[in-house]
Parts: sequence; structure tokens; C-alpha cells
Amino acid sequence: MNWRAIRAIVYKDLLVVTRSRNTMLTFILLPVIFLVILPGGVVLLASNPDAVSEFTTQSSDMEMFFTNMPDSIKGEIEAYTTDNQRAIAIVALYFFAPLFLILPLLLSSMIAADSLAGEKDRKTLEALIYTPTTDAEIYTAKLLSAWIPALVVTLVGFVVYGVVVNATAWPVMGRIFFPNLTWIVLVVWLAPAAAGLGLSASVLVSSRVSTAQEAYQIGGLTVLPVVMLVIGQLAGVVYLSVGFILIIGLVIWLVDLVLLWFGARIFRRGELLARL
Amino acid sequence: MTNAVITTHGLTRKFGEKIAVDGLTLEVQAGEVFGFLGHNGAGKTTTVRLLNGVLAAQSGTAEVLGLSPAKDGPALRRRTGVLTETPSVDERLTARDNLRIYADIYGVPREQIRQHVDDILAMFELSDRANDKVGGYSKGMKQRLALARALIHKPDLLFLDEPTSGLDPVAAKQVRDLIGHLSRDEGHTVFICTHNLTEAQRICDRVGVMEQGKLLAIGTPSELARQLGGRAGLEIEIAPDQVEQARGILHGLALDSTVEHDLLNIPGVDRESTPKVLSTLATAGISIYRAAPAEPSLEDIYFAIHNRGLS
Ligand SMILES: Nc1ncnc2c1ncn2[C@@H]1O[C@H](COP(=O)(O)OP(=O)(O)OP(=O)(O)O)[C@@H](O)[C@H]1O
Ligand SMILES: [Mg+2]
Repeated sequence: MNWRAIRAIVYKDLLVVTRSRNTMLTFILLPVIFLVILPGGVVLLASNPDAVSEFTTQSSDMEMFFTNMPDSIKGEIEAYTTDNQRAIAIVALYFFAPLFLILPLLLSSMIAADSLAGEKDRKTLEALIYTPTTDAEIYTAKLLSAWIPALVVTLVGFVVYGVVVNATAWPVMGRIFFPNLTWIVLVVWLAPAAAGLGLSASVLVSSRVSTAQEAYQIGGLTVLPVVMLVIGQLAGVVYLSVGFILIIGLVIWLVDLVLLWFGARIFRRGELLARL
Repeated sequence: MTNAVITTHGLTRKFGEKIAVDGLTLEVQAGEVFGFLGHNGAGKTTTVRLLNGVLAAQSGTAEVLGLSPAKDGPALRRRTGVLTETPSVDERLTARDNLRIYADIYGVPREQIRQHVDDILAMFELSDRANDKVGGYSKGMKQRLALARALIHKPDLLFLDEPTSGLDPVAAKQVRDLIGHLSRDEGHTVFICTHNLTEAQRICDRVGVMEQGKLLAIGTPSELARQLGGRAGLEIEIAPDQVEQARGILHGLALDSTVEHDLLNIPGVDRESTPKVLSTLATAGISIYRAAPAEPSLEDIYFAIHNRGLS
């Protein structure tokens, strides 16, 4: 492996991403809305005793969420003493967790589509194909240039989210309650796998289609299983407990490996050109 | 024959049923500027891809710079530079970034990259705009930048796929002069794909003519011109309402002619008989606005070659 060439290609892709106003806007806006404004607002709402008591007495959804809850999670929630504390814990620790699946998945599939199908669009891929690199090196570079920024944004997002929920919940909690073990496993184990899913699906699609637009559309389908997971959680069917995250992470990693292996087999520079 | 940088034997590549390159046998010598002439779809770009190990051939052999494109692709591509058909420079980056990054990918020693990039920007007259995004460049500037990028690692062999297509005459001349400089002063071997016969005659030492994947002829431009046998003819512009009358007069001189708008093309006329034809027409009262020797086109070469093949 010619790591110098790989690094140069990754650097080029990252430079292009950071120089593109639209992409940067997505990179900043999405996390700001979903990891700052939304959780901050909801935590503040959950700090208000009136809002919480109204919600717990009138909403049957909340009850369902409680009754189906595994004991480990129930125990964790019940350790909080007031209704407000419990509400905040549920919201901050569970409701927003799936975002850390969707975010890396979306970002990585977006960048991968741009760096492959987009390069075909802009005809720059052809120059890359004449460089003294092997197919495997271009493939590796393209994977890394989607995976790295998706992970960086996710990690930064995690820290920002932690600061936001701890700060907004401080008057009620009186201590730093975030993150718990679930979240650490989520960010370290599941989020990178989700990013891998987005990019491997996107790379697979991108080497077969000729415009970034098509790649976005087909690549976007990978979000579906995650959306189902979110619905499952809200409906009280699925809970993101540590064990569940470990297992589902393993499944996604395995799917990643299969997709990546398959992608490597069809990633041939001659084939990429055939579809220019 | 002693110093060939490109040698191919029966090189063939199909796409489905379509044969893009058909049994190509060719030799290109070190230091020469070789023109690869052919119309759209003749197989020029496919040949460049085969010779760089980007596409695999289905049969035949090729050796480029002593390496096999199929087996030693990366090692070979380290020593070739390719200007692709569309400029393929990254429009969202600056010229400097485009060059810097490719120097890195091509493995130019790190401590030399800066100097190298500055030198080549100056050589291609891009220094002033080096830190501007390429998206705002003119077509000619993009083409110069693409050429600069193809040279950033000082390749031994340079492939240029239609380097002047889509450029205005001034920009095209600029690019041609650069190619001349590269070959004369820097000793590069250059393989140029083009469909412009005049251009090939101006800058190439030797020319190969492709048609539908087959190499029809190969030789120096003057050898090929000789094969044309003075077929090129005379082109005159006359008053539109006199076209039929003029054709009648030409017919009387045993000359065929074709009409395109108010341009009359008379293939049978060579340099010596031009004054006589013009004066005959003028005496008959035909208004001649312009007269020029017709530029030989690729068709003329095809025609001459096919005729020769028949006889
Ligand atoms: N990847 C491909 N898939 C299918 N057919 C192809 C492919 N590449 C080239 N061809 C076909 O092979 C033939 C030769 O194409 P090629 O691009 O080599 O021609 P060319 O001489 O470079 O033409 P142009 O002047 O248009 O660039 C054409 O008929 C083209 O349609
Ligand atoms: Mg071509």
C-alpha cells in the first residue's frame, strides 16, 4: 500500500469538502439543530414541573415506554429521585441516542457519494485513475475520506451534546449525569459502524452510477433500518441498552465487512471509466 | 527500432460487440512527437487507457517504457503523464492545490514539491492566478493547468488526448507552442491524440491514422501528404446566383466540383493549374470573392488510403 498517495487523496477530498459551502453548512447545521437546539429545548421543557406532571399523567405513550422497559434501564431511571430528573434522564439518555446512528450514517454516505460519483460527475476521477495507485489504494482512500469526517463530526457532536444536556439540566440534576456507559459504547462502537454502513453502501452504489444525485438517492435507503430502530424505540419495542448496542453494533460491523469486501471486488478503475 | 518507448502487437479491446481497438501494432521511439489521428470513436482514448494499464486488453501485447501496462500499471503510471480529454482539474480547488496534491500522489520528493509547483506555474503562465479557484478559469487556462499537472512529476512519456480541442486559436497555439517546447527543449516523448490533421502536421514527427479501431497508415506527415497525391484542391467563394453557371464552366474544363453554401470546392485543382481556372471563371463574368487552397482533411487521407488499397 502506497500510504502517501492514499493520504494525499484523502487530503484532497477533505479539502474539497471544507471548501464547499453547501457541504459545510450541512455539517454544521445538522448537528447544531439536532444536538444543540432540540435537546437543549427538550431538557429545559422537562425541567419544568408543570409540563412534566401533565405529560406523565396524561400520556399513555410514556407509560408504555416505562412498562416494556428492561429492568437494567428501569433501575437506572428510578435511581433519579424527582419526576423532573427522571424525565430529563429519559430524554437525554435515550430519546436522542439514535441520532448518533443517523448522523454518522448520513454524513458518511453523503461524502462518499460526493467523492466518488461526484468526482465522476466533475470528470476529475479520470485524472485520479491515471495516477500510480492501485485500485485498492483508491478504494481505501475513498473509504477513509468519508469515514474520517463522519467520525470527527460525530465525536465533536457527542461532546457538544454532553455539554448542552449537562448545562441545561444542571438546575434540576445538580451534577454531571451524562454520559452513561450506554453512550460511551454507542459512540465508540456503534457510531463508527453506522458510518461504515453509510459509506460502504454509498461507495458500492457510486461505482455503479454516474451522478452524485443518483448515489445520494439510492444511498439514502441505508437510513431506513435506522429509522425503523428509532420508531421501535419510541414505540417501546426496542431499548438501546448496553447489551443491545453491542449486538446491533456487531451486526452492522459484519454487514459493513460484507459490503466492503463486495465493493473491493467490483472497484476496478477500468469499470469506473466505463461508466464515465 | 532500437529505442522504442511504446511497442504493441495486435492490441485489441472490445466493449461488448463493439471493437474499440482492433489489432493495433505500433512502435513509438524515444524523443519523438507521435500523432494519433482519428475521428470520434476511432479508438484513440481507448488506446491511451490500454497503454497506461487503466483498461485491460483482451488480446495482444504492449510494452511501455519497458513495462507491461497490464502487470506493472502503478510503476508505469509513475513515469507517464496523461492529459485527459476533458481537463479534469478540480474546479473547487486552487491551481496551486491541484498541483501540490498531484505532486504528492505521484511521489515527488516532499522537499521539492514547493519549488516544482512554483516553477511549473511560471512556465505555464499561471503564477498570477495560482491561488484562485480553478472554477473561475477560462477554458484555455484550465487546459494549461491540466497540462501542468500532467508534467508535475517529470514523466518520461506524455500522453495528450486532444490537447487543443475546444480552445480558441490563440489558446490552441499557446498549447501547441508548449508541446513544442516540451519535446524540443525538455526531451519528452509525446503521444498526441487529435482529429486535427493540420495540427498533427505542424507538431508531429510521425503520425498514425486510426479508423474504427484499425491503424490505417503510419508515417511522417510529409509521407502521408505524398500519399494524398495533391488531392486537396481549391476552394472559392462566389456569388450564390452564379454557382450553377460556374459549375458548368468547370465541367467544360473537365473538373468536378461540390457546393457547400456559396463555397465551391474543386478537388482536382493543384497549385499549378489554379491561375488558369480562376482566370477562366473571371473572364466568364463570375464574381470571385475569395480563393484558397483547400486544407487536406482526414477524409482525404482515408480516401487516398482506401483508393490505394483498391488499386
Ligand atoms: N467504456 C466503454 N464502454 C463501451 N464502449 C466504449 C467505452 N469506451 C469506448 N467505447 C467505444 O469504443 C469506441 C472507441 O472509443 P474511444 O473513446 O477510444 O474513441 P476516440 O478515438 O477517443 O474518440 P473521440 O474523438 O470521441 O474521443 C467508441 O465507439 C466508443 O463508443
Ligand atoms: Mg477520445
